[in-house]
Amino acid sequence: MAVSRYRSWGFSTSTAQRANRPSWRTDISQGIDAEAGTSLLPFGNGRSYGDSCLNSGGVLLDAASLDRFIAFDDVSGLLTAEAGVTLADILRLVVPHGWFLPVSPGTSYVTLGGAVANDVHGKNHHCDGTIGQYIHSFELVRSNGDVLTCSESDNVDLFAATIGGLGLTGFITKVCIQLISINSSEMDVRVDAFQGLQAFAELSAERKNDYQYTVAWLDCAASGAQFARGIFLSANHAPSGSLHSSSHVSKLSIPVPLPTWLLNTYSIRAFNKLYYYKQSQQHEKVFRQDYQPYFYPLDAIANWNRIYGARGFYQYQFVIPLDNLPVLESLLRDIVDSGMGSFLAVLKEFGDIESPGMLSFPRQGFCLALDFANRGVKTEQLIQRLDQQVMECGGAAYPAKDRLMSAKAFEQYFPKMGEFTSLIDPNFSSDFWERVSG
Amino acid sequence: MADQQQMALLGATSALAQAVARRLADEGHSLTLVARNEEKLGQFADDLRVRGASVTCITADFDALDTHDSLVEQIADCDEVFCFYGTLPDQSACEQNWTDAHNALQTNFISVVSLLNRLANRFEQRGHGNLVVVSSVAGDRGRKSNYIYGTAKGALSIYCAGLRNRLASSGVHVLTVKPGFIDTPMTAHLEKKPAPLWVGPDRVAKDIVKAAAARKNVLYTPWFWQLILLIIQHIPEPIFKKLSL
Repeated sequence: MAVSRYRSWGFSTSTAQRANRPSWRTDISQGIDAEAGTSLLPFGNGRSYGDSCLNSGGVLLDAASLDRFIAFDDVSGLLTAEAGVTLADILRLVVPHGWFLPVSPGTSYVTLGGAVANDVHGKNHHCDGTIGQYIHSFELVRSNGDVLTCSESDNVDLFAATIGGLGLTGFITKVCIQLISINSSEMDVRVDAFQGLQAFAELSAERKNDYQYTVAWLDCAASGAQFARGIFLSANHAPSGSLHSSSHVSKLSIPVPLPTWLLNTYSIRAFNKLYYYKQSQQHEKVFRQDYQPYFYPLDAIANWNRIYGARGFYQYQFVIPLDNLPVLESLLRDIVDSGMGSFLAVLKEFGDIESPGMLSFPRQGFCLALDFANRGVKTEQLIQRLDQQVMECGGAAYPAKDRLMSAKAFEQYFPKMGEFTSLIDPNFSSDFWERVSG
Repeated sequence: MADQQQMALLGATSALAQAVARRLADEGHSLTLVARNEEKLGQFADDLRVRGASVTCITADFDALDTHDSLVEQIADCDEVFCFYGTLPDQSACEQNWTDAHNALQTNFISVVSLLNRLANRFEQRGHGNLVVVSSVAGDRGRKSNYIYGTAKGALSIYCAGLRNRLASSGVHVLTVKPGFIDTPMTAHLEKKPAPLWVGPDRVAKDIVKAAAARKNVLYTPWFWQLILLIIQHIPEPIFKKLSL
């Protein structure tokens, strides 16, 4: 067994971690080599922000080499691939044939297995739900040697536990997913500048009927009269046009972690101001844009997490019920007042489509995702304060982005935890799970 | 872009071969994949087919020299043949057991020569073709940590140089590839130090495909290995023999 260096997206430094990297899916289905007393955890492409993708006391099963396609039916749009294939690989293959991912998270550099294990959502949650709805079936290998096909009709309990199950139910070797058809690889995007959360809620309510994709960027450094200003983006796949896949190769790269002093209240405020004014020039304009910059703008900059310097950063993403707009406002005030808000505050209204996953994070409400440079205790306290308010109003936080959630919070956010716990693979665990399972 | 050609890859299920195959398929070439394990070969062939490539699979045991005539018969019509297969033997096991050393020399040198000898004659007859042979920087100078492997690869490099010289006038080309440290399942048990010297297979594959198309003679990949080996080769033996490299 090799010792390699692994890290999650929010940690700036990697840690030595024992890992196995199977070359073939049959290596796994012939038996997961579980040493007695050592826990296992599948690892995709390390794009989880917190500690749900790390297993410092045990062994990682790295899916990087399991990156093969198995079958693609370009008439029905059904794709079967190994779990280590990335969403970028899939788009490169299927877009020229007129197909697209049914759900796109903020980066195309996640693996298909990771997308299932986190039941990822995207800008179309209000009308299409999470990726879990489009998973036709997958193969799950358990440490006792069982090789199980899971779907809505086979091994239904494990199907529901594995979607959003954070890799704890076994190793996903291959996934069959239903794609959606498109007539163009471009997007029709409409831009609206807004001022205040009420204005956001009204825009969102209005746009969600006519647009498949809606999301807003929020300036979380602006205070006073400019508090809660933002840019609302609504989009649809263009009804006609050419079909070509984007390169999915980053043009820029941050070579090393940047000095931490570079990011301060002033530079962030200046950046947000600039971004707001640049975008608001487009107010009420509609334009056509390639799918790549629309869905995955940050993929253009390799290792963008190094912007946060040697101490890394936290991301905090939560959802609160729709009737809690004042709570959202108070949370945002806390963030603005703390001066710790950063570039990426993304606000989105989730719809009421329920995912098949037991531990799925998305549920109806307003969802806000934020980055915080790691400033030690101060940052942790802010996130814990936010967590407290989210708990009080019946919301939930997203495990894929978390490294602070308490066992109590986890139990409240995910009421099916008991049932889920009975279905996990007894030889699997993660740093996240060690913490929240108490 | 080059015309569409038929490319044969020997040892097609190795990580490096898979990376090269994907790049060749991307360029529109048809592929003949040869490897020992039918199941793995099938898994990789499915991947290439989904990506739109035309793929033929041949199962073969390269150590079985008596099957080489028929194997060469099946791939002799290919425009280019890429030879990837090989093993990375455990040096101390090779020192203790002659069988281990013999197997390492057999797979990494004798068997490759057996195939190239036959292929060279066929290619020479028809007057065109490209033989791409993966050797190693380990063959440039004997070191105590891996000299059995190094011997096989060094001998292979010499063989390729001779073959290239012989075939130059007949329009057949030979490329000797000398990769450094590649992070693959074959090297999974090794500690990846010094880290900057280790690269993924796709980085090396990119260089190989480019060098093959450019009819380059010897390729060190990544490029800095040429510099490193230049230094290593010029260390005087009285000093070198005392080093732990």
